[in-house]
Amino acid sequence: MDLDALILSRLQFAWVIAWHILMPAFTIGVASYIAVLEGLHLATRNPLYLRISNFWVKIFAISFGMGVVTGIVMPFQFGTNWSRFSDITANIIAPLMAYEGLTAFFLEAGFLGVLLFGRKLVPPWAHFIAALMVATGTLISAFWILAANSWMQTPQGHTLVDGIFFPTSWIEIIFNPSFPYRLAHMVVACFVTTGFVVLAVAAYLMRQGRYVEEGRKMLSMTFKLLTVLVPLQMVIGDQHGLNTREHQPAKLAAIEAHWETGSGIPLILFALPDQTGETNKAVIEVPLLGSLILTHSLDGTVQGLKDFPADERPPVAIVFFSFRVMVGMGLIMLGIVVLSWYLRVRNRLYETPWFLRLCGYAWPVGFIAVLAGWVTTEVGRQPWTVYGLLRTADSVTPSLQGHEVLISLIAYMVVYLMVYPIGVMLMWRLVKKGPGDVPAPPIEGGRSKAPVAALSPARREGGES
Amino acid sequence: MNAPLIDLVWLWAGILGLGVFFYVLLDGFDLGVGILFRFAPGREARNLVMNSIAPIWDGNETWLVLGGLALLAAFPLAFAIILPALYFPLLIMLLALVFRGVSFEFRYRDAEHLTFWDYGFCYGSTVATFAQGLVLGSFIQGFETDGRHFAGHSLDFLTPFSLLTGVALVFGYGLLGAGWLIIKTEGELQDWARRQGKRCFLGVLISIAIVSLWTPFMQDEIARRWFTWPNIAFLSPVPIATAALAFWEWRALNSRSEAGPFVAAVGLFLLSYLGLAISMFPMIVPYQFTLWDAASTPATQEFMLLGTLFLLPIILMYTGWSYWVFRGKARADIGYH
Repeated sequence: MDLDALILSRLQFAWVIAWHILMPAFTIGVASYIAVLEGLHLATRNPLYLRISNFWVKIFAISFGMGVVTGIVMPFQFGTNWSRFSDITANIIAPLMAYEGLTAFFLEAGFLGVLLFGRKLVPPWAHFIAALMVATGTLISAFWILAANSWMQTPQGHTLVDGIFFPTSWIEIIFNPSFPYRLAHMVVACFVTTGFVVLAVAAYLMRQGRYVEEGRKMLSMTFKLLTVLVPLQMVIGDQHGLNTREHQPAKLAAIEAHWETGSGIPLILFALPDQTGETNKAVIEVPLLGSLILTHSLDGTVQGLKDFPADERPPVAIVFFSFRVMVGMGLIMLGIVVLSWYLRVRNRLYETPWFLRLCGYAWPVGFIAVLAGWVTTEVGRQPWTVYGLLRTADSVTPSLQGHEVLISLIAYMVVYLMVYPIGVMLMWRLVKKGPGDVPAPPIEGGRSKAPVAALSPARREGGES
Repeated sequence: MNAPLIDLVWLWAGILGLGVFFYVLLDGFDLGVGILFRFAPGREARNLVMNSIAPIWDGNETWLVLGGLALLAAFPLAFAIILPALYFPLLIMLLALVFRGVSFEFRYRDAEHLTFWDYGFCYGSTVATFAQGLVLGSFIQGFETDGRHFAGHSLDFLTPFSLLTGVALVFGYGLLGAGWLIIKTEGELQDWARRQGKRCFLGVLISIAIVSLWTPFMQDEIARRWFTWPNIAFLSPVPIATAALAFWEWRALNSRSEAGPFVAAVGLFLLSYLGLAISMFPMIVPYQFTLWDAASTPATQEFMLLGTLFLLPIILMYTGWSYWVFRGKARADIGYH
């Protein structure tokens, strides 16, 4: 069998980035949630906030650790598998990622220790600052990495000399056309993703009849947040779509599976796009709605895929379906939020068993939407790494052999398939335990004599029996 | 574009050199702690050993990301040639770091599999270190290139020399780790750390000697650089200081000094690093491209420099604060429990 280093490298990148992004998608939201809870506790001295915060800090620690180690893998992928991309784009892309390290990773890592382990060692305000810095770090990280990704989608502020990119304006490079939309869309996505996880956990605790007070607080806070963010996310997504139509028309045509340029086009709800036949099968569509959504007018013109040479079109079916999965998840989220309004008005938000069960099942919707959204935007950018300028096929490491990539891909698969289920299982175990622990005492003098449960074999075994 | 007032390549070589050295030092001691972890006497000792680095390991590993990205930003051609050449050592290192990194959390949350993640932490640390040693050895041996690409084979890294540097780094990080543990522990555990330190020290001593003698034989230029007059006079302080530090290290390990073994180990790393820099300069892709050949455009280096000069001191300040918060002996109730 002839193994293609290019295809396998793409699969490997998709594999390691997809698993990685699940962690930031969650930790960006949780970090901010913890900072808010710590702030509320500092302001109100209500121990309820402290219990909820302590509970999420433990879950955060696991997910953040997994995010860090899978994140370290990422920059090395650029070198090992995409060395030509690195050589050609480094002048532009590398500083953005290096700034991510300097402004975000160190901030997160520097204050993480104090957040996780320092409650007894520093005053409460300093612990709050640590939580705030970790949260700020995660957001700054999103800023830089999305600036880099957006430049690859909608490049500007550069010149190409002898096949290598040189910067001409850093402001134009960072604030490229798709960046504001992508940043807003992703950060809100992270908060929403976390929100649905918090909802599910809160609903679980309430249905168990344990920690009902904590569960209610979490549920109430989160629904207030989602009431704003879920509709907002749809508006941002719409704006992002308009931006894509302007700057990446081939991607938009693939999202909508439109082959012919036209005005007053329908919205295709379902179809089986046929890439080689340049047509769709089994189409279900709504007349005129396509133009209305994509151009905000009934007779707006939308470019079709046939306007682009066949070798400059993304794989239509993947982009078409992943986009629909994302939108579908958004609609499910909106449905749950609307239900929560209805129940809150009727004062039954906390006492409706089927609704709590529904919330319990809804924890993965954000993750699925994030993955589907990234598949849409990344596969939609194909066949380019830098849109319209550098082909994916010209980005891969020239010396790489197919079987070498196969070995590394299998290795990444084995390790990630081992680490992720265990990580999720451990987080689930923490959820089942609930936020029960009495909060750690504030600063204490001298040395604590109490050995901790996990440290003493006798107590550990005793506790398990 | 105006020519910059100063040659940024010098500055960036310095910053990158400093960044990599910080990584080697900081992750070096916590990887070293991981290497020694398996030999710790009993579970409670292992818990203390792990808690001594639990709050800081993440920050230490961040220097690896910074080192990689600084290389990409300042010397992209080197990044684009060296990383493909080191495809498998880097793969092994990254996967080992994944195992080791999640072990911190998994070990304490997953009581039934305590043993498995104990091993994951120890072997992950050891394998990651060994892989970094392979990277070092391959770097010293140089890379085959064709234009702007790596043109060798993906197993070129596997040589007796790189295997030696792999083992050498395991001893080296082990020594740093032992030094750290001597500072962070007391009583019997500290005595144990001293014994481990002595074992690692002997390994380090032998390794430094072999690598120092072997390297000049691989490249005539390196031999000329060290052994011709007047260089030999200017450079002789390096091996002399190394010998003096080695003597101090041995004395410190055998005395009651708590900071001595760590400080002397840092000194030994610094001098080895300096020796390597003297041998390699000005090559960044040995023996094909110099720092100047591989540098990114001045506009990129300038843009990076502004932020780096401003941010690095701040990073060092709050990183220092974090170390200060967790100062003193490792405690069972601070860290994982």
